[in-house]
Amino acid sequence: MADPLLSVRNLRIEFPTRRGTLVAVDDISFDIHQGEVLGVVGESGAGKSLTGTSIIGLLEPPGRIAGGEIRLEGERIDTLSYEKMRRIRGKKIGAIFQDPLTSLNPLYTVGRQLVETIQTHTDMTPTKARERAVELLHEVGIPAADRRIDSYPHQFSGGMRQRVVIALALCANPKLIIADEPTTALDVSIQAQILALIKKLCREHGTAVMLVTHDMGVIAETAHRVAVMYAGRIAELGPVRDVIKHPKHPYTVGLMGSIPSIGHDLERLAQIQGSMPRLTDIPPGCAYNPRCPKVFDRCFVDRPDPIDLGDHLAACWLYDRADAGLGSERTPEAMTA
Amino acid sequence: MTAQPIARPTAATRPDTDRPLVQVDGLARYFDVSKPFLNRLFEGDKRQILKAVDGVSFEIPRGQTFSLVGESGCGKSTIARTVVGLYPPSRGKVMFEGAEISALTTRRAMLPYRNRIQMIFQDPYASLNPRWRVRDIIAEPLTAHHNVTDTGAIDRRVGELLSLVNLSPKDGAKFPHEFSGGQRQRISIARALASQPDFLVCDEPTSALDVSVQAQILNLMKDLQTQFGLTYLFISHNLQVVYHVSDRVGVMYLGRLVEWSDKKTLFTHPRHPYTRMLLDTIPDLDMTGRERQPVAGEVPNPINPPSGCPFHPRCPHAEDRCRAELPTAKPSPEGSMVACHAVEEGRLPAEPRQVAPAVATA
Amino acid sequence: MTVQDTAPDIGDSHPTVDPSAVRQGGRSWWQRALDSDIFYSYRRSPITIIASIVTLAFFVGAVFAPWIAPYDPFNPASLNLMDGLVPPMSESMFTGNYFFLGTDQQGRDIFSAILFGSRISLLVAFSAVLLSMVLGVTLGLVAGYVGGWVDSLIMRIADIQLSFPGILVALLIFGVARAVLPRDMQDDMAIYVLILAIGLSFWVQYARTVRGSTMVEKSKEYVQAARLIGLPTWVIMFRHVLPNVMGPVLVIATISLALAIISEATLSFLGVGVPPTQPSLGTLIRIGNDFLFSGEWWMTLFPGIALVMLALSVNLLGDWLRDALNPKLR
Repeated sequence: MADPLLSVRNLRIEFPTRRGTLVAVDDISFDIHQGEVLGVVGESGAGKSLTGTSIIGLLEPPGRIAGGEIRLEGERIDTLSYEKMRRIRGKKIGAIFQDPLTSLNPLYTVGRQLVETIQTHTDMTPTKARERAVELLHEVGIPAADRRIDSYPHQFSGGMRQRVVIALALCANPKLIIADEPTTALDVSIQAQILALIKKLCREHGTAVMLVTHDMGVIAETAHRVAVMYAGRIAELGPVRDVIKHPKHPYTVGLMGSIPSIGHDLERLAQIQGSMPRLTDIPPGCAYNPRCPKVFDRCFVDRPDPIDLGDHLAACWLYDRADAGLGSERTPEAMTA
Repeated sequence: MTAQPIARPTAATRPDTDRPLVQVDGLARYFDVSKPFLNRLFEGDKRQILKAVDGVSFEIPRGQTFSLVGESGCGKSTIARTVVGLYPPSRGKVMFEGAEISALTTRRAMLPYRNRIQMIFQDPYASLNPRWRVRDIIAEPLTAHHNVTDTGAIDRRVGELLSLVNLSPKDGAKFPHEFSGGQRQRISIARALASQPDFLVCDEPTSALDVSVQAQILNLMKDLQTQFGLTYLFISHNLQVVYHVSDRVGVMYLGRLVEWSDKKTLFTHPRHPYTRMLLDTIPDLDMTGRERQPVAGEVPNPINPPSGCPFHPRCPHAEDRCRAELPTAKPSPEGSMVACHAVEEGRLPAEPRQVAPAVATA
Repeated sequence: MTVQDTAPDIGDSHPTVDPSAVRQGGRSWWQRALDSDIFYSYRRSPITIIASIVTLAFFVGAVFAPWIAPYDPFNPASLNLMDGLVPPMSESMFTGNYFFLGTDQQGRDIFSAILFGSRISLLVAFSAVLLSMVLGVTLGLVAGYVGGWVDSLIMRIADIQLSFPGILVALLIFGVARAVLPRDMQDDMAIYVLILAIGLSFWVQYARTVRGSTMVEKSKEYVQAARLIGLPTWVIMFRHVLPNVMGPVLVIATISLALAIISEATLSFLGVGVPPTQPSLGTLIRIGNDFLFSGEWWMTLFPGIALVMLALSVNLLGDWLRDALNPKLR
């Protein structure tokens, strides 16, 4: 396989507070390849958004990268100065955030913001840059782009604004787009349109996308691979079809079971008891142990690292082959019977 | 349920079970969104009226769940707030056990119904007073009208209510910020149950929660419904959740109900083009490879709704009649009520949906 | 794959309910106070600690002035004209009495006069702040919660008052009181008139702030939940909304306490404040001012320093409180 476009190794993000240091992201590793959509899914507070913001270098103090490395095309980007990172952001990495209103400057026309961004990263003449801006707006599906380009952000509807933000992220033809909950603030019909657009861009430009969301449905629609995060760690990572149809980690199993689905007439949904621990009291061992239906003694002591199960990783002691003596009784099939 | 049951009649033992508990008839709610008087005077603007809800009728039988589903701005939350009496209706009426509660304009006249109609809100971070202890929040419906004054009895009842929503009675001494979103929503439910209501209006109760917590809350709400014979008006934009909780479902678009029927019919034989579009937007968790056809366009501005059928600018089946004339709801062969000219004229053939997919998990 | 626990969710872990439990388990108010972010930011700010110690010293000095002060400066019987105009840190040539900060022309000890003067200054400032706070918070709460023409009326009055400087409003009220009250009551009533004048000129700031936050809180769902219980409007306003809008009010109160101290001093300096028989810090400065050019600088300098220290430390406390209560600066 070719070298990955983005490679994150043992990333650790900490927040020093007066009650001690909180570890918000704890030793996570993953790759994103060219043209691939990696979904990152998890509950609020799982650390998925922080992972995204640390990759684009916009981690807000006092949060800090305390360990590990982030490489883009082989070059380390987590140690770059703010100025150097600013040049990479936009040129090589684009960002789409949840609320399109806060990503756009309300005082400037959409066209001016696009032209400025294009000129920052390329050496186009103003006329050329404007042509490119119209082209981009057209590409993200804004009707009558040559006229709408001189409108202000508030003159666009929510869905159209998110399209403008996507156009803005595309200005310099980035290799990677970090999309943090890009459809959460939008209505369902608009959500479908935006997801179709992201998929199209990926296909046509070979752009890689890291899609951060809490919605498994969005992942199923859009992503190629998915990383399931829980309490700052990756619980499971694998091809999206595999993870959804054959989840391995008990957390993923619980998550899938708790999504109501049309056509299943259930009196009760399968539910995971309790809630994700706050960062201040993550239990020792596996962070999922208080809620896990298959917990056993080892889970309270050791923290599991992702275990390779073919093309699928799961951080769960159930799958530890080295744990031989007990292993046979704890195969997933035996547990679910 | 091992906690002490709270003595109250169940649905079965109540008299008058034939009549729907809640009837909403021709309900409309307009908001004046014009600029202030002086601005209008100088700028020559006209008065602007937002018709958030316009002519909506439905009934909810005792012990059942009726859901309203639609995109933002369709008026579903306005209906919720009008039904519980937070807004007076501009037109139409809300009946509770046959009494027209929307005509009760003073707070005192409404008091006899206050205990019986309660609401669960969307945002668990805004629905609990941050300066109050949980015990006082839950006890407020009991103490507000001095109907219970004995502190011991109140504490016991608060403890029962907390256990009922699966929290510890000890949580009563804490403040809301010490709880997670899901736990706060449980506290909100406990407060709503404190006055032993018959009817709960739930305005997007799980849309601010994570999926695993959403399942807990939905299960809790179903259990409480079974236990106390509660009647729900459930507001949501999430079709999967609506399918899970409802008996009957109404689809709203721009302040009007466009289609309503029992849940099975609506999801298997959707008639209205908007209902079909909504069903198409449900993400495909079963990975059937179905290519979704995203629908063009967005919800228009409700201040200037389109003429005729409000859906016509986005509807692939729109004709001249749709642009001119507002459709009225007519029964379809499957028994649902549909407000669509194309359906009425037989231009839109039935299109049954397969909604029971192969088992999702292995 | 149904591996989840699908057992009923309700009540299974709490078979019996102990009624006293709902009141236990929480932490008491002082435990929460010691552990709070506000106390933490206090501990970490040396300037605030110094400011609070200075303020506290003034308060103690003012409250216990009769016991602390070495002389009684307002008892004519104990005054000795022979002690007049003694410089600081020296003894009277005639009586041998020691005066830490010197004396005035009537032989009053300046240090004692400052203690008694800050007593008057603080009393006036505190009462004025309390008056303006009660008035402003109530009007702001009503304007923000009720809205409509009530809101318009209250806020237009506030706008009109804001177009005059506060001190001018106070002078106006003072002038009216002079005209209304009989001459022999004027000295006795001076303090109350002063409180009223300063109090009425300060309410607008509270009203505006409270109105704004009330409108934000009013739209929150806990207020709607309270309406659904059927509570009367005033109960919702004072029991639910009020505690949630008090944060900024405390900040304004602290900062306007400093302003009120200075306003009182200004009015007294202008001669419309408390009478010289009961001098406040402002009156002391005015009296001393006449002697400034004849070399008795201590009569005006020490009350002036006291006034600046008091106002400055109260102001620093207010600044700290504003930052500590602002989540964005934490």
